[in-house]
Amino acid sequence: MAPLHELQKSWESAACDPLFLANLDRILREYAGRPTALTEVANFAGAIDGPRIFLKREDLLHTGAHKLNNALGQCLLAKQMGKTRIIAETGAGQHGVATATACAYLSLECVIYMGKVDMQRQMPNVQKMHLLGAQVISVENGSMTLKDAVNEALRDWSFSYENTHYCLGSALGPHPFPEMVAAFQSVIGKEAKQQLHNMTGNSPDLVVACVGGGSNAIGIFSAFLADPAVQLIGIEGGGKGKDLGEHAARFQGGKPGVFHGCHTYLLQNNDGQIAGTHSISAGLDYPAVGPQHADLFEKGRVHYTNAQDDEVLNAFRLLARTEGIIPALESSHALAYVAKVAKNFSKDKIILVNLSGRGEKDLPQLIERGLL
Amino acid sequence: MIRSAFKKGPVFVAYLTIGDGGLDYSLESALALEKGGVDLLEIGIPFSDPVADGPVIQKAMQRALEGGTKLADTITFIERLRRHSQIPLVLFTYYNPVFQAGERFLQEARQAGADGILILDQPYEEAKQKILDQIFIVSPSTTSERLSKIAAKSQGFLYYVCQKGVTGVRQELPAFAFSDLKKIKNIARTPVVAGFGISERSMAQKVLRYADGFVVGSYFVQEMGKRASPDKLSQLAKAIDPRREL
Repeated sequence: MAPLHELQKSWESAACDPLFLANLDRILREYAGRPTALTEVANFAGAIDGPRIFLKREDLLHTGAHKLNNALGQCLLAKQMGKTRIIAETGAGQHGVATATACAYLSLECVIYMGKVDMQRQMPNVQKMHLLGAQVISVENGSMTLKDAVNEALRDWSFSYENTHYCLGSALGPHPFPEMVAAFQSVIGKEAKQQLHNMTGNSPDLVVACVGGGSNAIGIFSAFLADPAVQLIGIEGGGKGKDLGEHAARFQGGKPGVFHGCHTYLLQNNDGQIAGTHSISAGLDYPAVGPQHADLFEKGRVHYTNAQDDEVLNAFRLLARTEGIIPALESSHALAYVAKVAKNFSKDKIILVNLSGRGEKDLPQLIERGLL
Repeated sequence: MIRSAFKKGPVFVAYLTIGDGGLDYSLESALALEKGGVDLLEIGIPFSDPVADGPVIQKAMQRALEGGTKLADTITFIERLRRHSQIPLVLFTYYNPVFQAGERFLQEARQAGADGILILDQPYEEAKQKILDQIFIVSPSTTSERLSKIAAKSQGFLYYVCQKGVTGVRQELPAFAFSDLKKIKNIARTPVVAGFGISERSMAQKVLRYADGFVVGSYFVQEMGKRASPDKLSQLAKAIDPRREL
C-alpha cells in the first residue's frame, strides 16, 4: 500500500501544480504532436449510409495511439518523484511502445512485460520497444496475454517500488491509477469537443469508443459526461462467440468482482477464478474493465455493447479503402458498431468516434492468417 | 484456537496449496507436516492469478486448478482433516473467490473447523467479515502509522512479510527484517509470525530471535510438487525446525 499512497500524494500535488501541467502540455504539443486532428469521413459515412461521422485521430499521435498521453504523463510524474526505473505491462504493444518512448525521451530505464502470445501477434511493436532501448520480458504464465503481463509487472513492483514506478497503461488497477490515467487521457475529449464545435457549431449526438481497460473511452467520454443530450457508447471485444473464454465482453458475460486492485466487472467462473478471454485485438483481450466504466454502466450513463471479430475486420477494411486510414483492430470495434447502426440516424446527426490507434501493428498478423 | 498454538512457545507454521497432487495427497501431506512438528497450517486456496506468489506457488495453484480443484473442496478438505487433527487452520486466499462465494462459504469453513483467514489482496481498511479470525499482513513498506492500525485489527497473530516482493524459496534474510521485527513486536497486541522466503533452518532460527513463529511455504510446496512422500515431508519439517536438536 505504501507505494500506492506515495503515488497518490505525488499525483494529487502534480494534478494542481501549474508548472507540472504546463510542462506536460508543452511536451504533448512539441513532442507528441497534439492536438491531433479531427477528420470528417464522408466516404465511409456514405458507404454505410450513415450521418456525419468524425474521427478523433489519436492514430496520428506520436507512436500511433492514445497511449502516449498517459505514458508521458506518468513518466514525467515518476521522474519528479525521483524514480529511475519504469515498468509497464502491454497487450497490443501500444502502451509498451509509448512507455519505451517516454522513457527514452525522459532518460529513464524501461522494462516491459508482455504475454508470449501477444509478442507473437504484435511483433512489430516488440521490435520497436527493443529499438527504443527497453527490455521486453516474455510472460509465459496463464493465458500469456495482458492479464498475465499485469500480474508479472505487479510482482516486479512489489519488490522494486523504491526506485521503480509502475506505469499502468489503462484506467485500471488500484487507486489512484484509474483516476490518474483518465485525467491524462481527458485531453482527447477536451480537444474533440472544441474541434467539433469549431467545425460544425454543434455537439455530437453519439460518441463511440472501444473499451479494453477503457482509457481511450474514458478520455473521450469525460468531456461529454455532463451533457445528457450526448449518447455515449462503449464497445468491448465480442470475440468469436458467447461462451466464457471466447470473448472479452465484461458487461455481457461478467459480474462484479475484485481483481488487480479494483472492484469492477470481471469475466470469471462460479468459483471466482478469472476467465481466459479472446479478442482479435490484443488491446481488448483482458478480463476486467476499468472501474469508472463499471460505475457508468450501473448508472446507465454509458451504453456498453460489443463487436465480433468478423464485423471488426469488415470495418477495418472499409475505413482503409474508403478513407485511406488504416485503423487499429481495437479502434475498428468502434467503427464496426457505427457501421451497424449508422443507417438508423438521420443524415444531419453527428457521430464522433475515437480512432484510438493506427493499424500497422496488426498487419503482419492479419496477413499471416490470410485475413486481408 | 489460534492463540492456543502460541502458549507452548515459538510456533512453526506451514503452508500448502490444496489440490496440488489431488485432495488425498494434500490431506496426507498436511498430517505429515503436523507429525513433523508443525503447529499451525495455512491452507492455500488455489487462484488463477496469484500476484503475491512466486513461481513455485503459482505453478502449484495452476496444477491444482487444472486438476479440477474447486472452492468447495476447501470445505471438504477441512472436514476430512478435522477427523484426524485439531491443528489450528488458517485459510490463505486471494479475495475474489471469497468475494464471489460470500459469507456462506466463510460460515461453512468455520463449521468445518477453520480458525482464521488471511486475504492476501485485501487491505485492512476493506476487511469486514466477522466470521473467522482475520490475520493481516505487514511488510517492509508498511508505514508506522498503518502498522499500529493493522496491529490493532489483526486477530490470532500478525503476519510479517520479511522480504520485499513475492513468496518463494530464498537463501537469506535481508538485514531490515530484524529491525522491522523488533519494531513490530513492540507494537503488536498479538503474536508476530514471519514468513516469505524462509527455507532453511538457520533462517528460521534467526527469525525466532524476534518473532513468535515462522512460516515455511514455498519450500514444502516445491517438495509436494515433486510428490514427496509423507515420510519425507515429516523429515523435512523436522530438519528445518530450529526448536529441535539436530
